[in-house]
Amino acid sequence: MPELLLEIGLEEIPARMIAAAEAELARRVEALLSRQRLLAASDAAVNSYSTPRRLAVRVAGVLAQQLDMQEQLTGPSWKAAFPGGQPGPAAQAFAKKAGVPIAALEKIVTPKGEYAAATIQRPGQSAEKVLSELLPGELAALSWPKTMYWRANKPERFVRPLRWLLCLLDENVVALEFAGIRAGHASYGHRILYGDQPVSIPRPSAYLAALEAAYVLADVAARRQRIRKALDAATRTLPEARWREDHALVEQVTHLTEWPTVLCGNFQPEYLALPEEVLVTVMRDHQKYFALEDSQHRLAPHFLTVLNTEVDAQGEAIIRHGNERVLRARFNDARFFWNYDQKIPLHQRLEKLKAVTFQRDLGSYFSKTESNLLMAKALAAAVAAQGIPLDQAALEEAVLLAKTDLTTELVKEFTELQGVVGGLYARAQGLGETVALAIYSQYLPAGIEDPIPPTVEGQILGLADRMATIVEMFAIGLAPSGSKDPFALRRAANGVVKILAESGLPLTLAELESMALDHLPRAASGQGAGAVGVFFKERLDFYLREVGGYAYDVVNAVLSTGLGTVTDAMARAQALTQVRGSDDLLAISTAFKRIKNILRQAAEKNDKQADSVAGENLTEPAERRLYAEMVRIAPQVEALRDGKQYLQAMELIAALRPAIDGFFDQVMVMAPEAHLRENRLALIASVLSDFSRIADFSEIVAG
Amino acid sequence: MALQVTSVLTFQELLFRLQTFWAERGCVLQQPYDVEVGAGTMSPETFLRVLDPRPFSVAYAQPSRRPADGRYGENPNRLFKHTQFQVVLKPPPANVQEIYLESLAAIGVDLRRHDLKFEEDNWEAPTLGAWGIGWQVMLDGLEITQFTYFQQCGGLDLDPISVEITYGLERIAAFLQDVDSLYDVVWARTPNPVTYREVRHLEEVQFSVYNFEQADVEKLWEHLRLYESECQQLLSRAAQQPVDLSLAERRRFPVLAAYDLCLKCSHLFNLLDARGAISVTERVGIIARIRILAVGIAKAYAQMIARESNA
Repeated sequence: MPELLLEIGLEEIPARMIAAAEAELARRVEALLSRQRLLAASDAAVNSYSTPRRLAVRVAGVLAQQLDMQEQLTGPSWKAAFPGGQPGPAAQAFAKKAGVPIAALEKIVTPKGEYAAATIQRPGQSAEKVLSELLPGELAALSWPKTMYWRANKPERFVRPLRWLLCLLDENVVALEFAGIRAGHASYGHRILYGDQPVSIPRPSAYLAALEAAYVLADVAARRQRIRKALDAATRTLPEARWREDHALVEQVTHLTEWPTVLCGNFQPEYLALPEEVLVTVMRDHQKYFALEDSQHRLAPHFLTVLNTEVDAQGEAIIRHGNERVLRARFNDARFFWNYDQKIPLHQRLEKLKAVTFQRDLGSYFSKTESNLLMAKALAAAVAAQGIPLDQAALEEAVLLAKTDLTTELVKEFTELQGVVGGLYARAQGLGETVALAIYSQYLPAGIEDPIPPTVEGQILGLADRMATIVEMFAIGLAPSGSKDPFALRRAANGVVKILAESGLPLTLAELESMALDHLPRAASGQGAGAVGVFFKERLDFYLREVGGYAYDVVNAVLSTGLGTVTDAMARAQALTQVRGSDDLLAISTAFKRIKNILRQAAEKNDKQADSVAGENLTEPAERRLYAEMVRIAPQVEALRDGKQYLQAMELIAALRPAIDGFFDQVMVMAPEAHLRENRLALIASVLSDFSRIADFSEIVAG
Repeated sequence: MALQVTSVLTFQELLFRLQTFWAERGCVLQQPYDVEVGAGTMSPETFLRVLDPRPFSVAYAQPSRRPADGRYGENPNRLFKHTQFQVVLKPPPANVQEIYLESLAAIGVDLRRHDLKFEEDNWEAPTLGAWGIGWQVMLDGLEITQFTYFQQCGGLDLDPISVEITYGLERIAAFLQDVDSLYDVVWARTPNPVTYREVRHLEEVQFSVYNFEQADVEKLWEHLRLYESECQQLLSRAAQQPVDLSLAERRRFPVLAAYDLCLKCSHLFNLLDARGAISVTERVGIIARIRILAVGIAKAYAQMIARESNA
């Protein structure tokens, strides 16, 4: 069965976009073949490849030809086509359009009435014809984060200029044209190692080998593997050394190379006197080098760089020397900035924050700091009131100085080190470890995997900073919507939830929100109040599902009863997850859903319920039993809830099942006698409210 | 065609090689523009020329002043004024990357013994309403070139697209000469070696002092206001020109002078910024004011060109 190969050759695609584009191209080509009935049912296989200069997809099991098909076209209504039983102009026009004689028109019956129809034969087309017509559309439809024009008259946008197109169906070129380039037999090899001459690909199965001979490793997994092995091998040349695992960097260099090799370089040990954070950032973020460490995990004065070439010993010496020279210059810069910044202590930098914009309408980082300070003081008071020890003076100093590193040369140069640099300077300036650590860790957690700040002061600074940002942004109408979240407020709120969850600080999201609204003048005057609560509920929901791993119905059940503290929500979700599968609990859940329905319908009909359950109006044994059970169990459940023994509480609630089932089997709630009906409505309403305070069991979905 | 590299190039030889290389490939060699600019892109040879649909390729060295980058001549890698070698190709040939690689060979880089990568780096100049798509070219871990396909200039969509290749001459010279400090770069060799330090160090020191310490903030503001209002006046006159103005009349209108005034504003803004004299609220506003000038000039220039190419 024929094999298809499509390769698009481009000027270097941004590394960050390649993996997604490769997958999308494979998906589109497969979907096209399948839509066009050109994919063998059983032994089709799709493989995709990419390098910075190409995206490719190879499909085995392509059919050479579509099967012939019959198609029925529906035309005008039968009445309109054959007025009085004779063919009219509408029938003639339809028959002409369908390419059949009028006599061949049939009457079909549809739900909308009788229509004229024509059956036409569609001969199957060759794969080559279909692909040459439709593949360009698939290429044009590839989605890219950023595209450009390059040709005169700007006929198309694409990620980078297209330079060649290769499309083969076995040995035959598929006549294809995209962005002014016609497909052919030729690919191209490594720019330097192979040069500009074309690489002829005789058939799809020869693709990988032909490119490998031209110094291009097109298979991404193979390239990644080669890089990892080469990193290991280069590291072994140094005794007791290890390269620091960095998955993101491995991915990045994999997509920056066609023929990777690895080189080990060195730097002068004197630079190890600079903070490790600075050295690693320079190596990883700016130079894409892997850091090495010794057996005690201390940074070693070496680095690994992944080359996009293979060179002789002389070339290695030149390239190593060049990279070492660049790194030395960068380290020198860092050292220069480090020393230069020390001339102005953090305290003197506070005033300079007036010239650093936080956000156009919210003003400078100086006023941001004022908000943070108000928020942090409120939080500290609430935390201290719960008897949690903290160093109030150190906290306030940390909040005051937290943003001052934005005025340092080092942070201007290495923006990703904000916070960290402030912490390091605070330590160097003798401001005390509590202050330094709080500043250092203020942006933790950056992602959902990261740890939270290790100290109470750091946690409060982190909470205050994020809360003030969120609430003040909402107040000026900058709440995130859809995919738009330019100020990363969702990430900030995820950080708040995570800090609350893992620090065990006895604060609820609702308390945080009302503190912010009470203490921040710019928040209170704004428009965001209601929206912030909804926003935080979404983030808590996200946290319970994504980090806690709880099922969505469990999360709904828990959050329906109010937010409480994050740790409490986690504990309730945990208990509910444990009892969720039991038959008894599912029966309770069903019963509670039923109770809600009955109460809703009663409310719609304006049926009153009694103010409280009256013993003398309980006439049936089953309702007396339910009432007795409720009165007996409710205080116990309440006591367990107070003690946060949620599992035991839920087990007790589940034990209500026989009484509830018996009630619904034997008692008619909506009795004709008003006093009985009102009493029964009051009974089921109290069952629902008494036992829905830990979680709303009616949210649980069976199965 | 290929130039023989017998010894490591001096700073001025590097410039000669690049000029010769690109002149041989059809570029008009221009001289540096004589108004202060922050980047080679701001020279009218780039900013205005790319608005013109007719083919035109040009190359020039452009001293670029960034007052805030001054380091009193103390930092070995940073300069208040550095030299960009700017190549603009309109339209770009299909093998523009390969030609660029040949230019590296021409300055003595044997690519078989180096590691070269094109890494994503898109360029944007908000004050000019300009942006483009491209790469930074990394040679053995050093950024030696910015390579950009211009998409927009002065807020106008470009057609044809121009390629801009910007070489950082000081960096490349230090790389070729294998020196750790830009000040140790040999500028010229005959009769005796003259270093970059001898040629330029005093300028770095004195302009750092002026830019950071002594520039008179009030006067800078005053100059900015004067240049801006002069530029605005020209632009409003441009807007009032009758539509049926003859081509000759249109060609006489001094849009080039308006652009010089706009460049002056941009430089004064940079000086005020280095001086720490621009507050948060002012900053955004001034960038917007300069962009309005740049966009107005681009529009007036494009209108003149449209008449010219229709004539």
